[in-house]
Amino acid sequence: MTTMTLSDTRRLLAAEPMGTLPRLSPDTLLALADDAGLTGRGGAGFPTAIKVRAVTQGRRAPVVVGNAMEGEPLSYKDAVLLTRVPYLVVDGLAIVARALGAHEAVLAVGPEIDPTAAIEAARTRGVQVAHLEGGFVAGQESALVNQLDGRPAIPGDPLVRVTTRGVYGRPTLVLNAETLAQLGLIARHGVAWFREAGLPEDPGTSLFSISGSVEHAGVVEAPRGSLLGDVLASAGPVHPVAVLVGGFHGAWVPATAPATRLTAHDLKPYGAAVGAGVLHVLGHDTCPIRMAAGIAGYLAEESAAQCGPCINGLPRMADALERLADRVPDPGLPSEIDRMRLLVTGRGACAHPDGTARMVASTMRVFADHVSRHLAGHCEIEGGRR
Amino acid sequence: MNEALWALGRGTGIVALVMFTITLVLGIATHSGRSLGGLGRFGVADVHRTAALTGVGLIAVHVGSLLFDPFAQLRLVDVLFPFLGAYRPFWLGLGTLALDLLAVVTVVSLLRHRVGPRVFRAVHWLTYVLWPVAWLHALGTGTDAGSVWMTGVAATCFAAVTAAVGWRLLPSYGERGRTRTPRKSL
Amino acid sequence: MTRLHVDWTRCDGHGACAELVPELLASDEWGFPLSRTGERDPEVPVSLEEHADHAVRSCPLMALRLV
Repeated sequence: MTTMTLSDTRRLLAAEPMGTLPRLSPDTLLALADDAGLTGRGGAGFPTAIKVRAVTQGRRAPVVVGNAMEGEPLSYKDAVLLTRVPYLVVDGLAIVARALGAHEAVLAVGPEIDPTAAIEAARTRGVQVAHLEGGFVAGQESALVNQLDGRPAIPGDPLVRVTTRGVYGRPTLVLNAETLAQLGLIARHGVAWFREAGLPEDPGTSLFSISGSVEHAGVVEAPRGSLLGDVLASAGPVHPVAVLVGGFHGAWVPATAPATRLTAHDLKPYGAAVGAGVLHVLGHDTCPIRMAAGIAGYLAEESAAQCGPCINGLPRMADALERLADRVPDPGLPSEIDRMRLLVTGRGACAHPDGTARMVASTMRVFADHVSRHLAGHCEIEGGRR
Repeated sequence: MNEALWALGRGTGIVALVMFTITLVLGIATHSGRSLGGLGRFGVADVHRTAALTGVGLIAVHVGSLLFDPFAQLRLVDVLFPFLGAYRPFWLGLGTLALDLLAVVTVVSLLRHRVGPRVFRAVHWLTYVLWPVAWLHALGTGTDAGSVWMTGVAATCFAAVTAAVGWRLLPSYGERGRTRTPRKSL
Repeated sequence: MTRLHVDWTRCDGHGACAELVPELLASDEWGFPLSRTGERDPEVPVSLEEHADHAVRSCPLMALRLV
């Protein structure tokens, strides 16, 4: 996995190690996060200041967790951060933990990431590194808290917020590795510097993991609000048809719309969001339905097997999509897929069923013509009926 | 008067055994998530609970009456601690043991929303100990032990519980149609 | 405003709740509660509070809560 940067936005990946860490008060930290308009880089894009404020409300000292689980198979940015600039993530975590008078600071590293450099960087900063197990949902906030607490790595009921009751029953602040790196830079260089990149309403930079039909897959740093085409150009797309924005839980943006800004506003019509910055390019030699069926099947397998609708609905949805990919002549398949999609949405402890349904809905919408041809028994990529 | 107390003690004990048998069978049915005959799913759970609480009430009378019965000569210590009694200490002790288990299960069940499902389920497993202990106690203690009708009642209860537990152990017990149910730890 | 919350980490699809508050919950094809209002946690009108409360108390897995 190579790394690239758009010329003038080398921030995270060019940062040098820091000497002594700035010591912030809880209020200063809160003000920095708030004024910088920093949002979570792990996927949900939640304002960081709101999370920080939530853990300062509790009576007990909080636990601060850096989330580098990176369960999304198309995301590599946390791995790149932890191997290239591990001190940036560790220092961000240490700054937050010290400001909040944390009981403990833990950097949770997923099974796919080599923790060696992070462990080395954490040694002098009072940060523990936990190299954890887990698949797609293990990075979900409550699942991560459960694993750190010695319980199975499955999500909990969302009514119990981890900011109220998390690791050891303490208020717990879970921030993505990149979010922590950004916070560390903001503490070092200030809010004005942070806002020099990006948009006023969505400032700073982000890491994007680019894969699929491209010349060089890799991680690129780009200002928030960059054009989709500009960000992709650095990787050299090859015959792009569409881009899966946001990863396996994301949605498709047709390649005919390279002027789409990577903002919540511009991506909304496609049902997409920047999320964790995953951009997967679909080339003209891959059947989109085949690809979506593969992803849906994977996501069904990755269910925590905890919530009924997810256990039962996701495999059914994936099977129907697989049959559609195989050009099974069943005109009922699209409505079956639709029904399953609606039946799983909003009916689980975490967003796994919703995210899966979102990706499937987007596939059916963006590739509607392709779906029709499949129903007629033909696929221009895979040929006639199998 | 003494005769009446003695009869009351025996009668309530026997009916309580029947109640707990119903409770256990319906508990297994509740856990399966199936409706039973004319009872809806909530009906199965409701009757399970009502039968259990009725049994608890009967046991209160059962123990109370024998405590005040001069003939039974039951001491308070025998109510609380098993196997210390003067009269048939083993069979009476089983009753005391069952009473202690019943107290724990009842209190935890009533507080189930407070203690949460994990504790509730763990404690509820005790009922599989509670019922056989109570059954043996019914079989071995008292005047009616060995009588034909008492043996009949005990045998019927035993058959019902054996059948229900047997059903529970079948692989098909956990399946509701083609539905896969969530994996839940005890 | 009261809402009926399903804790999916506990729910096992026993279906007692859908029998007790059919106005708010249906059963899906697998027996799991399905909000009739389309809301994640359906709002409980005052007239149904008693039934909703019965459903909460009847759930064998304690998977329902009024919030």
